[in-house]
Amino acid sequence: MIETIIHVLVIAGLVVSAILVFYFRDLLAAALASGLFSFLISLEFYILQAPDVAVSQAGIGAGLTTAIFILAIRSTKRYEEDV
Amino acid sequence: MRMSKIVRFSADMLFGAILIFGFYIIMHGHLTPGGGFQGGAVVATGAALVIVAYSYEEVLGMIKKAGLMLQESAGLVMFAGVALIAIGLGTTFFFNFLANSGSLFGMSVPYGPNSGELNTAGVLPLMNIAVGIEVWGGLAIVILYMLSGISKAEEV
Repeated sequence: MIETIIHVLVIAGLVVSAILVFYFRDLLAAALASGLFSFLISLEFYILQAPDVAVSQAGIGAGLTTAIFILAIRSTKRYEEDV
Repeated sequence: MRMSKIVRFSADMLFGAILIFGFYIIMHGHLTPGGGFQGGAVVATGAALVIVAYSYEEVLGMIKKAGLMLQESAGLVMFAGVALIAIGLGTTFFFNFLANSGSLFGMSVPYGPNSGELNTAGVLPLMNIAVGIEVWGGLAIVILYMLSGISKAEEV
């Protein structure tokens, strides 16, 4: 029972963080929400009994990709503009 | 351009812990989930944390590009070298010549469910260490080149 509740919470967090990535105008906050999405999907992999994939997802998705996004935002503008 | 003092202090504090955790994943690759690639990616995440927090000039004082390239090549040479030693011993390519030999990583696996003896599995831990060294250097140099392009863009 408690496993199902955690599972539903993680999936709800996935949907919420994906919507947050779409709605943030601050690109640094959007990159961090994308990192949160990667972290939650690594938790989901762990719940689905694939700890091997979860470790690589946490390292590559939540760590390195977010670092590359932050480096790119440092060299360009932080806020999204209306076109 | 560098980040604030809070970010730099946090990166300094977290770097050691992330490094130790990555080495743990690499060394226990044949026993627990994870392995050379995953552990190397975790260690490279620690390096990326420091690279993101400091400016390009400060990072170049800490990490050398040639060192990371050498590290990547050394991992590949070690991986192929361990596989070639097996041919030199008169067996097939990638033959596990260290398993159950009683020397380095040569202990027999005890009976029962995964008992977590680190000193087992023959050449597999050596392969994991080689892949870990290579992935660490490769992923760290990707981030470092990203930062070097940015520092040129900031000057313009």
